[in-house]
Amino acid sequence: MSALLLASNLSLPGRLDDASLALAPGTLTCLVGPNGSGKTSLLHAIAGIARASGRVAIDGVDPSREPTARRARLLGFLPASRDIQWPLVARDLVALGGATPGEITATLAALELGGVAHRRIDRLSTGERSRVLLARVLAPRPRLLLLDEPTANLDPLWQIRLMELLRDGLAATGQAALVAIHDLDAAARFADRIILMNEGRIVAEGPPAELIDGAHVRAVFGIEKAGGLWRPLRPPEDPRSSR
Amino acid sequence: MIRALLLLAALALALVWSVALPWGDLSDLMREDLSLGWMVLIELRLPRALLALSYGAMLGAAGAAIQALFANPLASPDLTGTTSGAALGAVVTAYTFGLSQPVALSAGAVIGALGALALLIALAGPRAETATLLLAGLAISALAGALTTLALALAPSPFAFYDAYDWLMGSLVDRSLMQAAFAGLPALLSIVLLMRLAPALDALALGEEVALSLGHDLRAVRLRVICIGAFGVGACVAICGAIGFIGLVAPIFARRLTRGHPGRAILPAALIGAVLLIVADLAVRSAPLGRTLPIGVATALVGAPFFLWLVAHMRWRLRS
Repeated sequence: MSALLLASNLSLPGRLDDASLALAPGTLTCLVGPNGSGKTSLLHAIAGIARASGRVAIDGVDPSREPTARRARLLGFLPASRDIQWPLVARDLVALGGATPGEITATLAALELGGVAHRRIDRLSTGERSRVLLARVLAPRPRLLLLDEPTANLDPLWQIRLMELLRDGLAATGQAALVAIHDLDAAARFADRIILMNEGRIVAEGPPAELIDGAHVRAVFGIEKAGGLWRPLRPPEDPRSSR
Repeated sequence: MIRALLLLAALALALVWSVALPWGDLSDLMREDLSLGWMVLIELRLPRALLALSYGAMLGAAGAAIQALFANPLASPDLTGTTSGAALGAVVTAYTFGLSQPVALSAGAVIGALGALALLIALAGPRAETATLLLAGLAISALAGALTTLALALAPSPFAFYDAYDWLMGSLVDRSLMQAAFAGLPALLSIVLLMRLAPALDALALGEEVALSLGHDLRAVRLRVICIGAFGVGACVAICGAIGFIGLVAPIFARRLTRGHPGRAILPAALIGAVLLIVADLAVRSAPLGRTLPIGVATALVGAPFFLWLVAHMRWRLRS
């Protein structure tokens, strides 16, 4: 297996500590971890938003050395913030991602945004806006998708549809995705692999079946699954308090 | 496309109108003394029209670039204190150091404009909210205004105030072709350089993180907008003084031609700024007031109410 993404020894002082990972083509990898565990920092380091030490190669190419037009075909990054930076028309915003008109139309149709394509982004609902921002990333079909909380602000139906769309799309095109997500159940259901982060480090990595119910998740999040629901771990009994 | 041609036609018409009118006096003069008539045309009217063209275009382009950079439609060279900084630089150069050559004045104004923009970024941050941006701009304008007055009060020449009054209010009158070149060439160069930043400024409409992930070097873009803007605006202020509101208004109309794209709006904003300033100059020339109004007064009289409307409109939109 040749890796689509090879990231080695990525470090950002105080935020990310020597993270290395490899993603295979056609796979969906979910990045989980508590708030402040370094998920966004890892995505920033790979996307070249933060200047991390270490090396990144997508299909053997260092994206930071590529011109803008080719870079849009190598990686697409969706930030966690859905704030409107500038009130553009939805279709124009998607076009700024570097896709061809045909790709844009197809992506807008896949995300059921055809009807709002010519409306301004600030006049759309939160869910529609989130999908438009996502369409910008997906439309140019970059080899690597880096998505920070793509399902936030989406209703339950669209959360599922988006993850299905991603999983099936990746398998068909051979793209790879690294998705930071808080929903452990969605991660377990849709991911091919899971990477668990804590305090700026990758602490565990593996297929969801091994990882989600394992000791690492309990230790990092302080939760466990009981009766099909996630519950906080009960603190160990303090022997003095029973007196 | 049609709108772009209409805009160019409006610009050409305004320019010809500005040079040729009032035609009656000129044709009488030409009948009496052809060479004198030509001299009036070439040495008085042409520089004035060219200055209005280049200064207006520069303000429009700089306004569009600054608005794109701050992701804020209320940013402009005058509201961010850039023009006041340039005026201070020119006044200090002329009255404190006693250097009145166009090159020295331009250099002083450019340094003043750079200082004001650098101070603005230091005070308000690179992507400031409207209130922070306007407050910081207001503070810088007030400071630069006070220092300008101080420099004039302390100037060795007792006529400094009187002398500088027309210039400070913004004036295109009685400038030579040479002076027009000193403002126009830097303005033209700056506009071309700013236009090259259009793709990066459009990408900034997606937010800083996304623009960076697309490979745009935002520190370089920010530095270039500031330096190029200060260079062009400073050179114009050195010759014609501070003229307000064109840099605010022109980009807002320009973006109607670019479907809201902030970077692509730089060229249309330059053309609209040029038309606006030429028309404003025609208006002050033909106003029946007995004497010519400083053009900065005219642009402020029309621009300030527009600005107030804009603020009210934004507030109303935030509420609804």
